[in-house]
Order: sequence, then structure tokens, then C-alpha cells
Amino acid sequence: MRSVILMAGLGCALVQGCVTINIYFPAAAAEQAADKIIDEVWQLKNPASPAPKPQAK
Amino acid sequence: MRTLNALRCGWLILLLLFAGNLWAQANLDVDTPAITALRSSMQKRFAELSPFYANGAIGLTRDGYIALREPNAVPLPQRQQVNGLVAAENQDRAALYKEISRANGHAEWENDIRTTFAQRWIDKAAGGWYYQNNAGAWTRK
Repeated sequence: MRSVILMAGLGCALVQGCVTINIYFPAAAAEQAADKIIDEVWQLKNPASPAPKPQAK
Repeated sequence: MRTLNALRCGWLILLLLFAGNLWAQANLDVDTPAITALRSSMQKRFAELSPFYANGAIGLTRDGYIALREPNAVPLPQRQQVNGLVAAENQDRAALYKEISRANGHAEWENDIRTTFAQRWIDKAAGGWYYQNNAGAWTRK
């Protein structure tokens, strides 16, 4: 009985998880992705070389 | 006893939901060949655009693009070229927003992606650059 409830719960969680992925826009992940791309395009961080930033503010 | 079991089950479900949410939020793929090409194209262009961000000729729009806001800040012989650079940059940006949403299987996220970028471009802009505030007015950072 206990395992039946457990399985049902797991099933619900899985289905719910899939629905969640489909509905919600992952704002935090999008922000991270944006930061990564912007840093690269504007060369704000330069992990490849330890040289200081080329532009001073 | 049965209530206790139900309670435990409930917690487990909540925990799984939370983990599922975290997992869904964890990553957006931005390393497809198309996106990588756009990134490097924009990075190269930035070398040419950089002085015009700095002198205020170009500003960051509130919708995730750039605009020539002060043509007079560009020497006349260069104006045509800068216009072309702005148009090319905006084309790349539009393609980037579209490609990120498409690569992650949610074409309908394109607008949300663009809005997120719009905010982050402005947040990360250097001091002295111009951007459009929420009311659409040009503001100096």
C-alpha cells in the first residue's frame, strides 16, 4: 500500500515536472545566458588571458 | 499512521517538484553553432561600434536592440558605415534571441529572451553610454 502511494506520488511529481518545464520561462537561466553572451561580446571578462581590461571607464 | 505516511509522501512530492523546477531553471543552451557564430560576429563588430557607444552616437534601446540616437556625433564620411553597423548588429541580435529560444525548444520564449537581454545589456553598459529608460527616454549612464 505504501509503495503504491509512493509510486503514485512519484508519477505525479514527474508529470508535474514536465508541465512546469513547458509552461514557465526560466528567467534565472535566461539571465545567466545573457550575462555569459554579453560578457563575451563586450569582452567584460577575459578568463583566457590575465591581462587587465583594455578599456578604462 | 496513515496520515503520517501521506504527510511523508506529500513532502517527497514537494521536494521532487522543487528539484524539478531547479533542474528546469538550471540551463539554457547557448552553444549551438548558429549562436556561437552570432556571438563571434557581434564581438568583432563591437570593436567598431565601441567608440560610438562611448560618445553617445549609439544607444541601447529598451527592447534589446541599438539605435543611432545622435547622428551628429558621427563624422559625416563615417555615417553611412555606422548606419550599416547598427543595422547589422540589430539583425544579429534578433537572430540571437530567436536562435536561443529555438535551440531550447521554446520558440515562444523569444520575447522573454529579448526582454531579459535588454535589461542585461543596459545593466552591463559602461558609464557614459546612453540607454532608453522604461519610458523610452534616452538616459546617460
